[in-house]
Order: sequence, then structure tokens, then C-alpha cells
Amino acid sequence: MSHQRRSSMASKWRVRAPVFAALGDETRLSLVAKLCGGRPHSISQLAEGSKLTRQAITKHLRVLESVGIVHSVRAGRESRFEFDPEPMEGIKEYLDFVSEKWDQALSRLVSFVEI
Amino acid sequence: MDNRIEKRIELKAPLSRVWRALTDHREFGEWFRVKLDGPFVPGQISRGQITYPGYEHVKWEAVVQKMEPERLFSFTWPHYSGDSKTDYSKEPSTLVEFRLEKTSSGTLLLLTESGFDKIPGVRRLEVFRSNDGGWTEQMKNIENHVAPTS
Repeated sequence: MSHQRRSSMASKWRVRAPVFAALGDETRLSLVAKLCGGRPHSISQLAEGSKLTRQAITKHLRVLESVGIVHSVRAGRESRFEFDPEPMEGIKEYLDFVSEKWDQALSRLVSFVEI
Repeated sequence: MDNRIEKRIELKAPLSRVWRALTDHREFGEWFRVKLDGPFVPGQISRGQITYPGYEHVKWEAVVQKMEPERLFSFTWPHYSGDSKTDYSKEPSTLVEFRLEKTSSGTLLLLTESGFDKIPGVRRLEVFRSNDGGWTEQMKNIENHVAPTS
């Protein structure tokens, strides 16, 4: 099985690794938690109830934006940020892929031992 | 959905036969489609070359963990690999376990691959995944995850 995983899938996986890295931070994860309600938020809204400065929030948002989890949209003069779940669908897809490869390998094992 | 893969199959072959197919490196290579350099030894790295058509350039590398005769065979292997320049020792790896049980008609094989949560960020995504919940449910999950009720 894993031969395919280690080639075609490996490249996809590499593309996704930064997504996981971007989420590997409590602050960014908390920003995602606020944004994943679907409504775009301004930096001020995101800063509400948080100890973080607007500058710090902006920095974290840029990291999320760089991997496509967050997009900024203009609302009048203000930038608002919205959540995009697409990059995160990848993990499930990956597990499904590995799972399917195991099914194939195990079916070869069955034919191999059941002679 | 969990951060692991589980498979359960019944084989119409005796325990000893299945054990050999799993742990004899030549036999393993036959069905898995890899040419291994040498026998599996617990604690040691197993190296080889994939023989699956179209993927012959791909290296196989795993660290054998446990070999409990006719019960458990396990190894860890890296997950980003694929090119020869990869330093495998620095790659996040998952654990593959084959567990065997004797049944009336042959052998039960339980396969698990776990440790996907060791891959950076993946454990964070766990809360996003659910079989039936959709995003609303998952949003609640992540909220609970990052802000436990005090």
C-alpha cells in the first residue's frame, strides 16, 4: 500500500503540513474557534475579551491566511477575516487514503495465505 | 472518527501461516510489494525498496517494534517520506500493529495504524472531524477544546 502514499500522497501531504503547523498554536486555534462560526470578524472584534494586542492578532491572522484557513474580506474601510474550512478537509482525505491502501494490501495478504 | 485506522479480517489459514506471512521478510514483501534487505528484528531498522509497479524508486524504511510470536507484530514508519533525501529519523511516524487471534476457522487479524496525532497539527484537527456532525457541531467541539469551561 504505502508506496503510493509515499509518492503521490507525499507531495499532497507536504502541501498540507504547513496547515497543521499553523494550527499548532493555542492563540491561532482560539482565533479559528471564533471565526469558524462563519461570520467574518474585524481585528477589533477578535481582540475583544483577549489579552492580545491588535498587532499580535494581525500577526497570527497572517499566518492563518498564508495557509488558506482564513481570508480577509473588505467591508467598507475595514478588513474582516473569515474562516475557510477547505484546507482542513485534507486530513480526513489522507486517513481515508491510507485506509484504502491497507484494504488493498490486506486483500493481497488474504490471497497470499489462503491457497 | 478517530486518529487511527483499524481493520479486522478473518483469514482461512492457520495462525502459524499468517504469522509467517507477516514476519518473514520475504513473505511480507510478496504481498506488501517491497523487497526487504533482511529479516525483521525488533528494535532495528528495516530497509528495502518498493516493488509495486510504478513505485520502484520509493524506499521502504520502518523500525520494527514488537515480535511476539503468533500474537503481535508491530513497526513504526515515517509519513512524509518519498524521496531519497528524506532524513527518516526526523520524520513523524505512525505505529502499525498486526494482532493475531486463533479462530475456529482460521485466524483473526486486527490491524491498527495509530499515531497520526504525532504529525504536527493533526491532533488539533481532531476536533474538526466528525462522522455526522457537520461544522456546527465541530465548532462547538473546538470551542470546548480551546476554552474549557472554568
